[in-house]
Amino acid sequence: MAEWSVMTATELPAKLAEIRDEFLELEEPDRLLLLLEFADELPALPSRYADHPDLLERVVECQSPVFMFVEVDVDLAVHLHATAPRESPTTRGFASILAQGLDGLSRQEVLNVPDDYPNTIGLTKAVSPLRIRGMTAMLARAKRRLREGAA
Amino acid sequence: MPVDLDPAAKFTAYAHPERLVTTEWLQQHLGTPGLTVVESDEDVLLYETGHIPEAVKIDWHTDLNDPVERDFVGSAAFADMLGAKGISRDTTVVIYGDKNNWWAAYALWVFTLFGHADVRLLDGGRDKWVAEERELTRDKPVITPTEYPIVERNDAPIRAFREDVLAHFGNPLIDVRSTEEYTGERTHMPAYPEEGALRGGHIPSAASVPWARAAAPDASFRTRQELDAIYRDEAGLSDGDSVIAYCRIGERSSHTWFVLTHLLGFEGVRNYDGSWTEWGNAVHVPIALGTEPGAAPQPR
Repeated sequence: MAEWSVMTATELPAKLAEIRDEFLELEEPDRLLLLLEFADELPALPSRYADHPDLLERVVECQSPVFMFVEVDVDLAVHLHATAPRESPTTRGFASILAQGLDGLSRQEVLNVPDDYPNTIGLTKAVSPLRIRGMTAMLARAKRRLREGAA
Repeated sequence: MPVDLDPAAKFTAYAHPERLVTTEWLQQHLGTPGLTVVESDEDVLLYETGHIPEAVKIDWHTDLNDPVERDFVGSAAFADMLGAKGISRDTTVVIYGDKNNWWAAYALWVFTLFGHADVRLLDGGRDKWVAEERELTRDKPVITPTEYPIVERNDAPIRAFREDVLAHFGNPLIDVRSTEEYTGERTHMPAYPEEGALRGGHIPSAASVPWARAAAPDASFRTRQELDAIYRDEAGLSDGDSVIAYCRIGERSSHTWFVLTHLLGFEGVRNYDGSWTEWGNAVHVPIALGTEPGAAPQPR
């Protein structure tokens, strides 16, 4: 049992574990402010996507319009790019967590990220379970793209 | 002591002009003793990105809904929540929010369940305030907690349950969802999460009037004349009607409830908040498909 716990703990990529721990260390109201920091940090799209919105895929399960693109670079490292309007900070925050947390991982490492990661970072109560589904959908979409080999 | 009313000319044509304030009025009245401004949005984080100075936040998921049962918070939780936000029973509350005041109207409707007397909407909501480049801040408001009394939630006058709808057949129903949801093509709003309805369509005899038709492009309410044309001439409502409005979970229909009750003066309008996520899953209830309302079944 103990061994199993250690294994699952180490399976979560370091950056995602770090983000989770950052949230869990805070009291509920401060977790929202950390999510706002992530929302503020969501980088603008690289110009090659900004100029080609057709390359981006809309995540229809999300409440607000969010478009994302997953790519694998020459070193086989995954990068997730996303854009969502300023009026949708929660969605921007979710996208930013995934963009930072998945960045540089291998394809297999991303596929190994537990599907319920969004439910483990201490936001379910502050944000509500229904809204967390938006982040779960984004993670699922990123994995699907990688599985399909389109990225 | 209620804060004075907004004498704006546009409001005088509405049945209850005391339920609205303009952005200009609010700007002039910020900081008035006895006034609390509340922001209520779809996005739980939008308030944190910048809000009207000294406004407090009320979130529909985390503040207004019971965390366990599918219901609104009870009397004690409502009193605790308002007390923590510095609102007293006699406070004048002005609510504003994103998306044509969609969630602001929902919050106002919940305040009404608890009989809070002076609760108003900011005409045009957050969008109009932002468009006019009025001040927003990330500074937290200074709140002096109050003792809000524990008052009974009185559902009956403005809230309908499934059995009320079944007994209501023969009287007007307004379906405020999108056309695709009304016809049964889809069970949820485009681009919104699937909240799980097993069947698509609408409650037989319900007229289709998508809620946002009541809003002008600048997010403010349409004029009395425009609203009369939509709800009386088109949807066929007339004075003395008993109306039930519904949508998917009762949020968009709170907006229509506000329009029918406070702007057009219909009495006894009820919001069926179980809405399509209940009706579309319920066993043994009638459903109509397509663009026609369909005949009203026998009331049960």
